[in-house]
Amino acid sequence: MRILTTLLIASFPGSIFADWETNMPRGVTPTSEIAYDIHMLIFYITVVIGILVFGAMLYSIIYHRKSVGHKPASFHESTKVEIIWTVIPFIILVGMAIPATKALILMEDTRDSEITLKVTGYQWMWQYEYLEDDVSFFSKIDTASNTARRLNSGLDVFEVDDYLRNVDNVVVLPTDTKIRILLTASDVIHAWWVPELGGKKDAIPGYINEMWIDISKPGIYRGQCAELCGKDHGFMPIVVKAVPKDEYIKWVSIQKDEKIAKNR
Amino acid sequence: MSTNIDKLHDDHHHTPSGIMRWITTTNHKDIGTLYLWFSLLMFFIGGFMALVIRAELFQPGLQLVIPGFFNQMTTMHALIMIFGAVMPAFVGLANWQIPLMIGAPDMALPRLNNWSFWILPFAFTMMISTLFFESGGPAAGWTLYPPLSLQGGDSMPFVILSIHMLGLSSILGAINVIATILNMRAPGMTLMKMPIFVWTWLITAFLLIAAMPVLAGAITMLLTDRFFGTTFFTASGGGDPVMFQHIFWFFGHPEVYILILPAFGIISTIIPAFSRKKLFGYDSMVYATASIALLSFVVWAHHMFTVGMPLAGEIFFMLTTMLIAVPTGVKVFNWVATMWRGSMTFETPMLFAIAFIVLFTIGGFSGLMLAMVPADFQYHDTYFVVAHFHYVLVPGAVFAIIAAVYYWLPKWTGKMYDESLGKIHFWLTTIFVNLTFFPMHFVGLAGMPRRIPDYAVQFADFNAIASVGAFGFGLSQLMFVYILYKTLKKDVTAEDKVWDGAEGLEWTLSSPPPYHSFNVAPKID
Repeated sequence: MRILTTLLIASFPGSIFADWETNMPRGVTPTSEIAYDIHMLIFYITVVIGILVFGAMLYSIIYHRKSVGHKPASFHESTKVEIIWTVIPFIILVGMAIPATKALILMEDTRDSEITLKVTGYQWMWQYEYLEDDVSFFSKIDTASNTARRLNSGLDVFEVDDYLRNVDNVVVLPTDTKIRILLTASDVIHAWWVPELGGKKDAIPGYINEMWIDISKPGIYRGQCAELCGKDHGFMPIVVKAVPKDEYIKWVSIQKDEKIAKNR
Repeated sequence: MSTNIDKLHDDHHHTPSGIMRWITTTNHKDIGTLYLWFSLLMFFIGGFMALVIRAELFQPGLQLVIPGFFNQMTTMHALIMIFGAVMPAFVGLANWQIPLMIGAPDMALPRLNNWSFWILPFAFTMMISTLFFESGGPAAGWTLYPPLSLQGGDSMPFVILSIHMLGLSSILGAINVIATILNMRAPGMTLMKMPIFVWTWLITAFLLIAAMPVLAGAITMLLTDRFFGTTFFTASGGGDPVMFQHIFWFFGHPEVYILILPAFGIISTIIPAFSRKKLFGYDSMVYATASIALLSFVVWAHHMFTVGMPLAGEIFFMLTTMLIAVPTGVKVFNWVATMWRGSMTFETPMLFAIAFIVLFTIGGFSGLMLAMVPADFQYHDTYFVVAHFHYVLVPGAVFAIIAAVYYWLPKWTGKMYDESLGKIHFWLTTIFVNLTFFPMHFVGLAGMPRRIPDYAVQFADFNAIASVGAFGFGLSQLMFVYILYKTLKKDVTAEDKVWDGAEGLEWTLSSPPPYHSFNVAPKID
């Protein structure tokens, strides 16, 4: 028995590291919170429906079986019942559609943003441009992850800090600011996604898509490309560092100084 | 009189033997058998690719394959399972069952039938051979989204030609099904008296005829973009990459129902047989199937909520998608009502059918969740989606096919399968299918995108579990092959009416049924 347990533990190498996360993060923006609330609402509705339907089925399986001597009934149609179980689900759906539609309208409203960040997807990195401040840079997977992820690299990926979730240049954004994000791509379709900042949007060549975020808590938020974009699709992480506004203003001025110094 | 006709007919009957019998056959049973064996072969090839994927994903870090080959595996796995395993299996079942169920001697267009099968081996040989090209097979996902698919190597024109051939085969098969059902029903069998499996196939056939040419158009435009300088989908030439997605999913969503409506028909046949009670709400089942089919043409953009559609578009596609839950719910409720106060026994086909209802409904629940656009912005392109569509396709479509094989195998062969082995096969399959796909919900919600060969370490445990489940599932299917082998080696002993609760014309024939099913049309009251 002990051998079996050891084997089992050995076969799940991540046990020490993993957090067994099973649900969507609630996140730190209004859009991520909306997504989470809608997700939980519909999840609980399906759980209730599931309990009713599977419960009826289970009852029937236990009591209406031939081996306990149950004789088959002969009913096989009822317009009344059909109408009831067409109308009730319809009403439940309307009940779900109303909050979902309201939420959607809010999520798509990018008006009154204070900063605009333009994100361009490349195979296989991101370019970030702060349109108001004329700051721009590329951001790609960090060297440690990029070395460890090679086929048979011989390196233990569990030893790498934030394996596949770290970049060379971090996107710095202010908290408590409505930020509009413009998305496009230069080669193929990518999708920019940081779960804790809300949903994803595709970055498509020839298109400029937009979404917005408003981060409530300072911190590091990690994500990655979510649309298949070729062989290194899995190696296009995103790291957003959210800082208080005054710190953000300092960061921007440092970037500008560095740029001037470089151009000189 | 009728015996005379039988004799006359048999005199004319010269079947070539050996391999030529199968190549030249125009008999619906032979062709049905070919389709089913072919589908089983493809199921194992596609399954092998799935195991390559799951082996690589067993641990974080790359151990077995390079990312480019991983993408070829995901792409080919999907193409083979959809076009090679599930669709041909349903066509095989249609070939065997439709003439038996409507009291016809054969399919309406037997030579066309032969052709539509024999296209398949050539198409798949060509498609799979691209894996051995220097530049490898297709790697842009089975959805073939440009511009990525336009970057592909030499495989692209071969894959497109093979998809054209598969489309041709499907359309010919669909025409044959429609011609057979509309023209060859036994006298007295009005449309609303048809067995429900025949109904679901009739509707599926219309979906095939409507959807496959759209796919053909989309991939032809890809081909001309790549080789003839057109720019349908290239932004720099004035084209539109998103248009491809709209066209593709206008095919793709009806395709989803092509893969599940015949399964509904199978379940609606098996549940009443083992509940010893008529199907509850036959009429509403027919109407629900038809509504699902019609709605399937106005929901396509729910596959692409993140492309940046106008708000009105997002709301429209969200509402139509949610609406599909209504007729689908009606079906599930009707199945439960059929079981209610029946006199149930739990032979292997019934076990698979019950598991279908439960697990397909779970897939339906996650589908409803995916319909909610605000939440879909998080779910989109994650393992949550992978979990969803595998729940509706594996314990959905595949379970229905396996149930159908167990249910009708004694009729087709006259030989009864081993019931206890069948039950073991069921339990292994059901346990492992959940072990494989249920954890995918969790990693998807926690933030793991689909179609990645390597992942961050916090997803490691659930991925390891899913991989163990996948290997268990794959190995359990070898047992299915053994059960089939063991059955076929037996002597003919099965009764004509194998299941005491089964209804339908096929059970009035001998087991196995005569070569030309009904030489004299039965009368239906």
